[in-house]
Amino acid sequence: MNPEQLKILGSSFLGDLLKSVNLFYPETALVVTFLLAILVDLFTRNRPSCKMSGYVSLIGFFVTAIFLCNSPQGMSFAGTYAVDAFSIFFKWIVLITSFVIIVFSFFSKELFGEERQMGEYYTLIVGMTFGMFLLSGATNLILIYLAIETMSMSSYILAGYTKEIKRASEASLKYVIYGATSSGIMIYGISLLFGLTGSLNLSGINAYLAGNNVNHITLLISGIMIIAGIGYKISAVPFHFWTPDVYEGAPVTITAYLSVASKAAGFAILIRLLNSAFTIHAAGDTINTAWSVMKNVDWTMIIAVLSVLSMTLGNFVAVWQTNVKRLLAYSSIAHAGYILMGVAVMNYTGVSAIMIYLAIYMFMNLGAFFVVMIIANHIDSEDLEDYQGIGYRSPWLGVAMTIFMVSLTGLPPTAGFIGKLYVFTAVLNSGMYWLAVIGVLNSVVSLYYYVKVFRNMFLRGAEKANQPIELSLTVKVILIALIIPNIALGIWFGGLVNWANASAAMILK
Amino acid sequence: MSIGLNHYLILSAILFSLGIFAVISRKNAIMVLMGLELVLNSANINFIAFAKFGGMNIDGHIAAIFVIILAAAEAAIALAIVLNIYQNYKHVNVDEIDKLKE
Repeated sequence: MNPEQLKILGSSFLGDLLKSVNLFYPETALVVTFLLAILVDLFTRNRPSCKMSGYVSLIGFFVTAIFLCNSPQGMSFAGTYAVDAFSIFFKWIVLITSFVIIVFSFFSKELFGEERQMGEYYTLIVGMTFGMFLLSGATNLILIYLAIETMSMSSYILAGYTKEIKRASEASLKYVIYGATSSGIMIYGISLLFGLTGSLNLSGINAYLAGNNVNHITLLISGIMIIAGIGYKISAVPFHFWTPDVYEGAPVTITAYLSVASKAAGFAILIRLLNSAFTIHAAGDTINTAWSVMKNVDWTMIIAVLSVLSMTLGNFVAVWQTNVKRLLAYSSIAHAGYILMGVAVMNYTGVSAIMIYLAIYMFMNLGAFFVVMIIANHIDSEDLEDYQGIGYRSPWLGVAMTIFMVSLTGLPPTAGFIGKLYVFTAVLNSGMYWLAVIGVLNSVVSLYYYVKVFRNMFLRGAEKANQPIELSLTVKVILIALIIPNIALGIWFGGLVNWANASAAMILK
Repeated sequence: MSIGLNHYLILSAILFSLGIFAVISRKNAIMVLMGLELVLNSANINFIAFAKFGGMNIDGHIAAIFVIILAAAEAAIALAIVLNIYQNYKHVNVDEIDKLKE
């Protein structure tokens, strides 16, 4: 290379880098927050249970939100990281969840009961948020792997943060073994796909697959291995084995975090992978064109089968559960199934339905777990039997939990109904009637176990009314703040739907 | 006979299978973690072999380096968790750590 060429190469590299930094402000803000939270923790070491670095994280999330509002769009870092409307939507879900989870943590007796150093807890939540931000925009297989590991490694530690409690340490062991195995399988699949197509960028893979004939069997195996790694994150059957144990053993706040944020980030990357790598992109594709899925492997059917398995197993096993956290774990597997129906549709209607569903799912699931946490603070139990009479001991908790359960079932006038409505509409429009029928039947089954919680709270144990549970004003305010979106989004859903529709498109390069 | 791409791919497939077998069959948590290292390294062999024989650019080497770094980080965290299990249970036998069950 002569000096002239080197100069051009250098300036294009520098130009790309400078442009990329402009697109990377929200993530940079998270990294700075991460470092500040560690620093603040160092100065408050001698005061255990100090909430200072928690407040620093909250401020950091706020600053990140400001950057996210004004974020420009484009491809960055030599086409490995996309900042588009699609990824920004998922970043909002992750950011709001992280914010709410840190607020929840301040009220957790489980975490603050012992004299515990809490600095790392907040720091790791910020680190996990960073990993999920990267995951929602990654368009390079190595970056996808790196982002999944960033978020997994933080979550392994967080799942066992209450390390003297036996069930929490067991949860983190199971989580790390299952997680590392599935990410190992995923990286093997990535290496096969790399060998098959000669590229690690999703767009390069797409271009090669569209122009050349590849061995179908190898493509199928590598694709399934990669989907196994992602399926583990969204806890889809048959990659769900860790879910009930980890959800039961981990602190409630972390359970809620895993069930909402990691799931959302997992869906973001699943959709992007299928759309960017395995769909034929014609020039002049718009948001209204249906995806033409590559014919060599039937990805639609694979996702549809996963969806049916997740829904059915999740709902039917949830019926027998006696521990509320375990019940919610199986319910979250079932919800992964409903959302996978939207992925199986493989068009933009499906994608925007998924985004609506995930945004609503965030509010209803966070609400349900917050109530579980507050009840555990007072009665030291998560058993369904011990929930008898809660509705009389504290009408606040009873009514709130009922609203969240109705929303999770998907009955009007709650937000859950709107989420289900859009997913089922997308499935019906695409002509997969059998899938929609299975989905509706599953919703009916889910009604049974959600109502069981309600029944134990209100129809039994009325004699316990003389042991009232007193809630502080802040807890009541948070409960109201979580109930409002669950009702409001069921009535005024136009704004959310418009936002999701406008965000469904992805940038390709 | 010269060593070609297929030899490396077969080697990595064997390594991968042995790793998964170790994860499934071993009782000691440390042994399970060693099985995981085999799985990750089989992917590394694939990356390097494809980069050398497939006429691909530097991507394969970079990918392998990333996997090595992440494997180290993951081993550190997993060993810390196993250490904590030992403090709570006084053993690291995966089969006997089953308090969480329906």
